[in-house]
Amino acid sequence: LQNEKWMNVKVGDIIKLENNQFVAADLLLLSSSEPHGLCYIETAELDGETNLKVRHALSVTSELGGDMNRLARFDGIVVCEAPNNKLDKFTGVLSWKDSKHSLNNEKIILRGCVLRNTSWCFGMVIFAGPDTKLMQNSGKTKFKRTSIDRLMNTLVLWIFGFLVCLGIILGIANSIWENQVGDQFRTFLFWNEGEKSSVFSGFLTFWSYIIILNTVVPISLYVSMEVIRLGHSYFINWDRKMYYYGTATAAEARTTTLNEELGQIEYVFSDKTGTLTQNIMTFKKCSINGRIYGEIHDDLGQKTEITKKKEPVDFSVKSQADRTFQFFDQSLMESIKLGDPKVHEFLRLLALCHTVMPEENSAGQLIYQVQSPDEGALVTAARNLGFIFKSRTPETITIEELGTLVTYQLLAFLDFNNIRKRMSVIVRNPEGQIKLYSKGADTVLFEKLHSSNEEDLLSLTSDHLSEFAGEGLRTLAIAYRDLDDKYFKEWHKMLEDANAAIDERDERIAELYEEIERDLMLLGATAVEDKLQEGVIETVTSLSLANIKIWVLTGDKQETAINIGYACNMLTDDMNDMFVIAGNNAVEVREELRKAKESLFGQNRSFSNGHIVCEKKQQLELDSVVEETVTGDYALIINGHSLAYALESDVKNDFLELACMCKTVVCCRVTPLQKAQVVELVKNHRNAVTLAIGDGANDVSMIKSAHIGVGISGQEGLQAVLASDFSFAQFRYLQRLLLVHGRWSYFRMCKFLCYFFYKNFAFTLVHFWFGFFCGFSAQTVYDQWFITLFNIVYTSLPVLAMGIFDQDVNDQNSMDHPQLYQPGQLNLLFNKHKFFTCMVHGIYTSLALFIIPYGAFYNVAGEDGQHIADYQSFAVTMATSLVIVVSVQIALDTSYWTVINHVFIWGSIATYFCILFTMHSNDIFSTFPSQFPFVGNALHSLTQKCVWLVILLTTVASVMPVVAFRFLRVDLYPTLSDQIRQWQKAQKKARPPRSRRPQTRRSSSRRSGYAFAHQEGYGELITSGKNMRAKNPPTSGLEKTLYNSTSWIENLCKKTTDTVNSFSQDKTVKL
Amino acid sequence: MTWSATARGAQQPDNTAFTQQRLPAWQPLLSASIALPLFFCAGLAFIGLGLGLYYTSNSIKELEYDYTGSLDTGNCSACAEADQDGAPPPNCSCALNFSLPEFFQGPVYFYYELSNFYQNNRRYSVSCDNAQLSGFPSALRQPVNDCAPYQYGAAGLPIAPCGAIANSLFNDSFSLWHELPPSGPYVEVPLDRTGIAWWTDNHVKFRNPPLVNGSLALAFSGTAAPPSWPRPVYELSPDPNNTGFVNQDFVVWMRTAALPTFRKLYARIRQGNYSAGLPRGNYSVHVTYNYPVRAFHGRKLVVFSSISWMGGKNPFLGIAYLVVGSLCILTGFVMLVVYIRYQDQDDEDDSDD
Repeated sequence: LQNEKWMNVKVGDIIKLENNQFVAADLLLLSSSEPHGLCYIETAELDGETNLKVRHALSVTSELGGDMNRLARFDGIVVCEAPNNKLDKFTGVLSWKDSKHSLNNEKIILRGCVLRNTSWCFGMVIFAGPDTKLMQNSGKTKFKRTSIDRLMNTLVLWIFGFLVCLGIILGIANSIWENQVGDQFRTFLFWNEGEKSSVFSGFLTFWSYIIILNTVVPISLYVSMEVIRLGHSYFINWDRKMYYYGTATAAEARTTTLNEELGQIEYVFSDKTGTLTQNIMTFKKCSINGRIYGEIHDDLGQKTEITKKKEPVDFSVKSQADRTFQFFDQSLMESIKLGDPKVHEFLRLLALCHTVMPEENSAGQLIYQVQSPDEGALVTAARNLGFIFKSRTPETITIEELGTLVTYQLLAFLDFNNIRKRMSVIVRNPEGQIKLYSKGADTVLFEKLHSSNEEDLLSLTSDHLSEFAGEGLRTLAIAYRDLDDKYFKEWHKMLEDANAAIDERDERIAELYEEIERDLMLLGATAVEDKLQEGVIETVTSLSLANIKIWVLTGDKQETAINIGYACNMLTDDMNDMFVIAGNNAVEVREELRKAKESLFGQNRSFSNGHIVCEKKQQLELDSVVEETVTGDYALIINGHSLAYALESDVKNDFLELACMCKTVVCCRVTPLQKAQVVELVKNHRNAVTLAIGDGANDVSMIKSAHIGVGISGQEGLQAVLASDFSFAQFRYLQRLLLVHGRWSYFRMCKFLCYFFYKNFAFTLVHFWFGFFCGFSAQTVYDQWFITLFNIVYTSLPVLAMGIFDQDVNDQNSMDHPQLYQPGQLNLLFNKHKFFTCMVHGIYTSLALFIIPYGAFYNVAGEDGQHIADYQSFAVTMATSLVIVVSVQIALDTSYWTVINHVFIWGSIATYFCILFTMHSNDIFSTFPSQFPFVGNALHSLTQKCVWLVILLTTVASVMPVVAFRFLRVDLYPTLSDQIRQWQKAQKKARPPRSRRPQTRRSSSRRSGYAFAHQEGYGELITSGKNMRAKNPPTSGLEKTLYNSTSWIENLCKKTTDTVNSFSQDKTVKL
Repeated sequence: MTWSATARGAQQPDNTAFTQQRLPAWQPLLSASIALPLFFCAGLAFIGLGLGLYYTSNSIKELEYDYTGSLDTGNCSACAEADQDGAPPPNCSCALNFSLPEFFQGPVYFYYELSNFYQNNRRYSVSCDNAQLSGFPSALRQPVNDCAPYQYGAAGLPIAPCGAIANSLFNDSFSLWHELPPSGPYVEVPLDRTGIAWWTDNHVKFRNPPLVNGSLALAFSGTAAPPSWPRPVYELSPDPNNTGFVNQDFVVWMRTAALPTFRKLYARIRQGNYSAGLPRGNYSVHVTYNYPVRAFHGRKLVVFSSISWMGGKNPFLGIAYLVVGSLCILTGFVMLVVYIRYQDQDDEDDSDD
């Protein structure tokens, strides 16, 4: 046995896993520390389900146990399917010792699972590395680029085309000029060697101009963009408001090239478990006999942790109460103290009717191994309230009722399944009474109630249920039934018969269950909170105000998903309709989609024509019309099964269209790959920017395929974070990431791009105009040094500072006004239209820059009468004008003048003059006479008043239209950003303390908040006692019961059909 | 399992104004209270400036006389005619007569103007060697390749000064004669031809090569004059301080013009009786017509001009200021109207709320 890195795990290896370890590869479970080769795994990373799942080894292999020698000699051969991405299916055959054993999913532990409650297990690697089902699901990693990047590429191509056009125009013009004018000028304008014809000269001129004008193609732009993005990424990393103290995790921009895309998100695809929810269930409220407990009363100051105060004295040593449990209502404790029988019965039921396994840890503390977290919450609640579930054997349950140990005989266990939506236990209490305790979905349970239940109680309880449901709590109704001995015995006999039956066994058992679970007496209801992460509701609300559509993609159950939808206000009762698509085949799904759409469009359109192809075309045409006509909020809920059909190519468009018109979309029971497919679908067909957020390995594919992937970090599991582009610890930071950082990034980047293009055009096109006056001879207007330094030294820093630091509105206002986010989604701040505006602005500026000096220098003399209309003075004047004009322009563009902006802008101008005077100084000329021919020019030109008059006029003429245009735009069509800026400015003068609006939850009339993360099959395990450790009995006092009750076990053995199970179970008993 | 992110995250980000993007900042807004006064003030200031410039420019007296000479008219036609075939005959001279009806307020500047002459053509304007012109002996013998085809002479000697600019040196010369008294003999008006080049050009940029045995001619030995020059560079002027590369006319010519029509200073009239200006009367400019321009449809002019505080005559700047100033005011009014209407609308909206 040796330690190996995951990368070294190979197919056929036998590896040992320990508790709470991630599974490194797809394994065939050979043996484990638990009896019968059982082991528990948590698949949250794979499918988002948080309940524990059981895997058991083949009995032949489980015998190997922890015997290293025998394991080492294990030489079975597995023949199985090829690697695929189906998480819930596996077929294969193990040939070992001349016998063949069929393998199914139950024997396999998939990579990405976590081993729980099992101290060790051995497994043989079946698939490793990229062949594992997890990796098969993870999709391809793509190189992500932002839409601005793509737009940029197009624009750069256009600019290049533009450049070539200019080159051609000037080249042809040069040919003509050389032919018409230059030809007569040969005395002075000789031909160069090998350049004797005007056509060839034109050709050379073309290339010369390509070189001279190449500054329109913004090469430094890409570098600058990356620098700006890097700056933004650092701001994300540095943001204390995205730092989570709980896990000491700061937000992290893992990709530094996608920042501005954060400001354009239209669709957010969110995982549920661990992303929206904390994956912690807490018992919040209950209604017992028509009375609500657990309401928080007005005097919040009295919030007390009951558990601590009320812990019975004899528990305090063991500290049985779970310290994390909080319940804020004293009255329940009072009722318990008073001995209200209904309350006691209620808690007793909670302590009895479940599938939890108790375990004592090394410190002697009672630990519950829960299969579904909701149950854990309920049992823990009962425990804290004085009804402590202590231990169980296959046929007894021992609880401590307010200090006294009571052992109940477990007579029957009516397991949970998705159809029944309830579970029951039949127990005999020490007094000999037989009781059936049942908990389940209220809709189901209420039908089973006895008519003797008081109407008041029923209506009260159902009111309470609605109330709970409205708050997004998961509810269960609680009821019991007294059974008389005789009736139970009869029923039990029938059950045994049914169990023994060969055909229609399940149906008969179900019938029997139905039979006994009736005439129930309602006790009350529980409300468990699937604890949302902090601030999820606010975040969701504010994101939807920002017109971001949030889709929940979860591997969890439909009920759970819907419940969470309600809990975080994504689904509300105000919604006009909620479509649930749960068809099991393509036709059904199609039909359901059509129906949903029909009701969406009302009577406007009929979908009676069966031809889907025609319809699709029609729809595509009508898409734009339709989207506007649909009013009201709709929600779509679709499960993974239907989704598989809905994603098929012919229905895809229908589905997408419908989904996009709905305010909320919830996809449940989806596989990781489906998550990615949904994301791809929206990404490809909606042309929208998507963001996927998740925390587990099951979200990796989605994170990779979305434009932006966000990983929730700080919890277990790194896959999501490693695949993500941004990571932080809490879902609520998404709001800040998008609305503040994303918006700013987009805003800054767009401003930066606009300015950059403007600047390059203004700078370069002067050469073009000058071409008309210098015989198209590719003469540059500026000094070579100026051309070299302009983009790098004179103008790069101010625009970088703007790109990094600019803010239009501050972060608080960005958060408070999510509507500010919309320009990004609509791509308003930088698009082709904007680009053309910038281009025209640049061309105008270049024209002003040329025309005014041209006019002013035409045949003019200087102050001392010397000619100043020489080329060098002209160049210096124009360069100075240009630097000043673009500096004024950036000053106008900068809306947030930090010290750095000041330093950069003034510094750039100062630098320009410093460098100008240095390069035109006598000293540098006498050292390098050929390189610096402009000697003395700066001094001579810039002491001329008329040169300054030209610079002033050029500046005003270039900038004035921009100012006027902006002023008029702000006045006539103010954007929200403008308004808020104004408001913000006014606010600065008189800053009143702003109270955050209190988050009000809408009351809901939703009937049921039933959701239960429970899985079928656990009842059987419990009653069979398979999952109990005989060698380590939980409570010593129960040993006797265990041994005395073998007959019960034998009875129950008959119920179990799995031969393997019963076979192994016998062994347990013998131990 | 080690998790680097945890370790990194354990350090909470610094709470500085910089990292939290809370740097104190000035956030200017383009509000009406700034923009409107700005426009009106700028407009008024520009109109004022424009008027000043315009009147100043108009007050400058400028006289231009074209002496290119067309084939049929003008005194210089004879020379021009000969020019048809290339270079005019050597020492072809002509006179240009004009009369001043009133006193020409001095100081008067005497320019020559060439049009359609592309001194800014790239091929032309790069064709010189700055190192050579600043007196580097090595560059004197080995002119840069930019000078080609005027790099080396026919005999293989390096040309000094090399290049097309130097080769095309303007070589017309002028003298101004005043008829004093009226219908009396002409008196030559003294032309001050010193200091017509930029000081830096004449003292820094252009230097003669170090004298050899006190002789400039020896310093230039082993070089050839540009092909179209009748004499070598060291004989440009008899004045030893004004010959060679530092010859003022040569330096003026070497400062290439930005535009195809350009003027260059020829002389100042500020000496003797003419220091205050040119009195009224008849004048004659005697031209030594050497420079061929007719081949490329160029014109040659002599220009007399006075100078104001803002330089020579140029109505453009004044007019441009007036136009921009008026536009500012006009835009200001439009903005004001829009602003007032928008305010009204806003108030209505507010009252509706």
